[in-house]
Amino acid sequence: MKELSLNILDIAQNSFTAGASLTEILLTEKENRFIIQVKDDGCGMSEETLLKVSNPFYTTRTTRKVGLGIPLFRLAAEQTGGYIEIQSSQKPEDHGTVITGVFFKDHIDFTPLGDIASTVCLLAQGCGNGDMVFRHQTENGEVELDTRALREVLQGLPLSNPDVQLWIKDYVKQQYENIKM
Amino acid sequence: MKTLAELAQIREKMKDKVGIREGVNGIRIVVGMATCGIAAGARPVLNTLVEEVAKEDLSSKATVTQTGCIGICQYEPVVEVFEAGKEKVTYVKVTPDMAKRIVAEHIKGGKIVTEYTIGNYKI
Repeated sequence: MKELSLNILDIAQNSFTAGASLTEILLTEKENRFIIQVKDDGCGMSEETLLKVSNPFYTTRTTRKVGLGIPLFRLAAEQTGGYIEIQSSQKPEDHGTVITGVFFKDHIDFTPLGDIASTVCLLAQGCGNGDMVFRHQTENGEVELDTRALREVLQGLPLSNPDVQLWIKDYVKQQYENIKM
Repeated sequence: MKTLAELAQIREKMKDKVGIREGVNGIRIVVGMATCGIAAGARPVLNTLVEEVAKEDLSSKATVTQTGCIGICQYEPVVEVFEAGKEKVTYVKVTPDMAKRIVAEHIKGGKIVTEYTIGNYKI
């Protein structure tokens, strides 16, 4: 993956597949740390599955025998001296998964974030009936998109509508412009 | 300046187009967005398809959606076009420029871009 925003797009799909009603994508930048967290209230994973997800030869897909989403995310973090952590629960009262990647921005092998606005609009397209919150906290300010607020305005018009998609992309881009130094 | 008011305008503009609200448009354009697709460059392809459909004002005729791994990872990015009563068309190794042509010629013009289809690739 050439951009971290592509890893984010990939990892968040797992939350949608897990039937999450809310998926939160939280990016936090502080000093030389870049933390990516994807948090959902989907069905969660069993302890047994949890032990296997970082193994590239484990996958839930049926079309082939490799699954590289989490291994590639882990690689991107570890090559900067960082790490990933996954917590998951299948308990009825607090089911869901939290995956956190800690990256070090000053490391030469830090992958740039890339075109995050394209990722955010496609996440809004892909989240189906669930909702998605994207929040990027930087030392200069914050960028946020909450599909619940958009749905209130859209009154039934789907988030996947092409005109809505373009609006989301520009809306996110514009927020990034505003926090640029 | 992008505002929520502008989003409300989009909603009003789409109000009369029944197909959009129901989500039962004629043509479905589906892009494989699993790890294999994303790594091969599916994101800009999907973004381009969305942009072109909006630009050509085809949203009452076609929807653009994502799917998981289609199973032919070596041909990603893969774009499939489904149309009621017609055979599925599978475009392989699609680039943003190819996506533009697919929208203009196939979705808008109704003519399959044969040279981009999987049948045109030697295995």
